[in-house]
Order: sequence, then C-alpha cells, then structure tokens
Amino acid sequence: MTSNNTFFGYRRENGRVGVRNYGAILPVDDISNAACEAVANNIQGTMALPHAYGRLQFGEDLELHFRTMIGTGANPNVAAVIVIGIEPDWTQKIVDGIAKTGKPVAGFSIEQNGDINTIAAASRTAKEFVHMTTEYQREECDISELWVSTKCGESDTTTGLSSCPTVGNMYDKLLPKGIYGVFGETSEITGAEHLCEARAATPEAGKKFMKIFQAYQDEVIEPFKTSDLSDSQPTKGNILGGLTTIEEKALGNLEKIGRTSTYIDALGPAEAPEKGNGLYFMDTSSAAAECVTLMAAAGYVVHTFPTGQGNVVGNPIVPVIKITGNPRTVRTMGEHVDVDVSGVLRREMTIDQAGDSLIECIRRTANGRMTAAEALGHKEFVMTKLYRSA
Amino acid sequence: MAEPHLLVHHEGDNVGVVVVENLKAGTEILCVVTENNTDFTMTVNHDVPIGHKVALQDFSEGDTIMKYGQDIGKVVAAAGKGDHIHTHNLKTKRW
Repeated sequence: MTSNNTFFGYRRENGRVGVRNYGAILPVDDISNAACEAVANNIQGTMALPHAYGRLQFGEDLELHFRTMIGTGANPNVAAVIVIGIEPDWTQKIVDGIAKTGKPVAGFSIEQNGDINTIAAASRTAKEFVHMTTEYQREECDISELWVSTKCGESDTTTGLSSCPTVGNMYDKLLPKGIYGVFGETSEITGAEHLCEARAATPEAGKKFMKIFQAYQDEVIEPFKTSDLSDSQPTKGNILGGLTTIEEKALGNLEKIGRTSTYIDALGPAEAPEKGNGLYFMDTSSAAAECVTLMAAAGYVVHTFPTGQGNVVGNPIVPVIKITGNPRTVRTMGEHVDVDVSGVLRREMTIDQAGDSLIECIRRTANGRMTAAEALGHKEFVMTKLYRSA
Repeated sequence: MAEPHLLVHHEGDNVGVVVVENLKAGTEILCVVTENNTDFTMTVNHDVPIGHKVALQDFSEGDTIMKYGQDIGKVVAAAGKGDHIHTHNLKTKRW
C-alpha cells in the first residue's frame, strides 16, 4: 500500500513518471490513420491515435501540430511510440522530438512503400516494443511527481458551487507538495479576466495571460462574433443547467484554481511548462477534447474534469477523472462519475472533504485504477487548428 | 441543518441557485449563504429547475445581477423577489 503522499507509477528514461504504460501508434497526418489503425489491430497492447490534420499546415499552426504530436508521444503515460506518416521528413522530425525523452520510438513512411509493406514493417517493430514495455514495473513515487491538469465541461451552476471548488481545494493542497498543475480555456475566462490576472504569481505572468486573453478577443471573437458568442458560450447545455451569461460561467470556471494557488507562467497551446513545479495557465479552446489533448501534449498525466450536466469526454493517453455535484447527473448518468460531491449542495460535505476525496481518487487513478471514461472507452484525441491550411 | 433548497455564494449576491429537483412555485424555501453559513427563508414564485437562479430582491430593467460577489450581467426584463432569473431577464453586458 502506498501512503497518502506516494503512488505507484512508471518511471521513464528522462526521469518523469507516467501513470499508464501505453504503446502509441501515432499518425503524422490524416492519410496515415488507416496504416496506424492496422498496426494497432495487428499488435495487441498498442493503440492508434487517429486525427484529422497534418497536411499543408504552415507557420504557427504547423508548429502547434508538431508540438502536439511530439508532446503526445513524449508524455510519460506512453512507454513506446511508432510514428507513421505519408512522407519521411515530417515523420522523422516527430520521431526525433520524441526520441529526446530516451523512450523507444521508430518512424515509418508510406510513400514508395505502400500501406501494406509499411504496416508489416511497423507491426514487427511494434511487437518488439510491446515485449519490452510490458515488462516495465510500477515503482513507488512521491506525489510531487504528478502533473495534474484541469478543465471543466457541460458546466452548470452546480460546478461553481461544488465540483470546481473541489478541484481548487485539491490544487491548494497538492501544489504546495510540489505537483505541476494547469488550467486554461481562454474564452471561458471572459468576465473573470481581472480576477485571473490578479491570481498570477508575478506581474509578468499576469501580463502574459492578459496578452493571450486580449489576442483571442481581438483575433477571434471580434471578427467572427454574431450578437454574442453565437450560442456557444454559454453552451446550450450550460443554459439548460441554469447558467445565463459568460461572466457567470467564467466565475464558476475560475473556482478550479482554489483560494491560495497562483500561476507562475502563461503557456502557449501544448507548450511544456519550463519554470519548475507549480500552477500554469495555458491558452486553449474551451472545447473539452481539444483542451485535454493540448494539456496531455504538454506532459500532464492525470486530468481532473468537473462537470455539471454531464460531459462524457476522455483522452487516449491520460485518465480523465469526472467530478460532479449535480445530484440529477449522478442519478441519470452515474456511470460517468468518478467523484460524487453532490453532498456539498446538501451541506453534508464541505469543500475540504470534497477536495480530500478527489485527491484519494487521483492517487488510486495514478496507481492504475481505470476512470469511468477509460472503462467506457472514451479516447477523444482532437488537434487544435489555428487557421486554414495552405 | 435541514437540506437547503437554494444556495447563495456571497453575502452581497442578489440571486441564489436552486439545488433540489422539482421545486414548485409557492414553496417556502430554505436559503443558505455558503460564504458564512447564514440562512433565511423566502417564497419562490415559479417552478424553478435545479441549477437555475432565483431573485433575492425586486429588479428593474438595467439593474446589475451579482453572484460570487461579482457582476454577471444586466436585467433586461423586470423581475420580482422569488422569480426565476435566466436568459429571459438577464443578459451579459459584454455584447
């Protein structure tokens, strides 16, 4: 048994600790999905991560694509990686990026080989990787080695009263122990940006956040908005759940960073934190699968996901822990709920107790217990696209 | 303490959130302010679904709705104490 301050994880070649031990088959581009899925079908214990992009992207959008691909392969929850792309150059670039972690990685390209020969060669290497990585053992690690991300979804007014402050309480307790944390959802801070700026650990971090926030307003909201955020913020689900305005939603959202925690830097999408342990803000969409994918690519290994109306999202490489305080959601879709904090609304449970129950769930999840989203097969892997391809 | 029907985040808020299912118009409801655990009772005027807001005071058009001790938007149709507050009478000030 681990103590309250430890868990059993997989220590990787670069010293980081993973909580899962996946063999990933990573397509560089959309047209390599079929080959990746064939390899994953041939070799048990591997998983393909199909996605929609990777062709004709350029500039910052292409950089984000590479950062997401390399970061996903480099994530400590992944033990070994096969990369397959249509052509060798970009394939090799992703292989080289992942290889910096020291983990087993090999690239294959389809041009001049065809799908069938590529699948055969990649399957042979994948089989060798599986034999190697399935012998890896978990070891006892300090809780400070966890990287825990957060993003909420299908929020309602109960998230601001219960599940979001539960995550905030967890961060207030675990960040001082040395974990890495991250929150994001740039558009969903609208109405609480002054409070978010004030929660920066330094004026520089606060200014960096405000610059990211303002850039989203200027470059995306202003040119594309209709009368408001086009029925998207709040979403139809949010409104059914009782949230009326973006400000109300944002204030509930920000409850996820607790009472005492401050963020030390504002990151670009999928950018790995480089200023040591602590809390970070990341520039992300507020769409669940996109956001979780970006945080996973930055190296986070467990995700905490407060929901009100019942978002069912998962991620292929990171366990997503669902927390809800809405008793109707617990009643109608309880199979998606990992941590039930509805007692907070009945005043039977304090936020402090709810935070402790989340920490316990994080430790058990890190030890290997499957989350509801994992057991139900949710593997949403969604790349963020910044603008149209060339 | 008995189970509350409505929770209010901050002392200065002028709306609260229904936290029970099937709340019917005319019910006398127990309201708790989570910030300081004080409570009060009032009557709700509409059937209000769980998660939806109730006015703690009378509102005229243009008034500001406060929740979390913060401005969450403006009143766009007058509402009385105990009324359901949502998209029909509250709108963001942003757009």
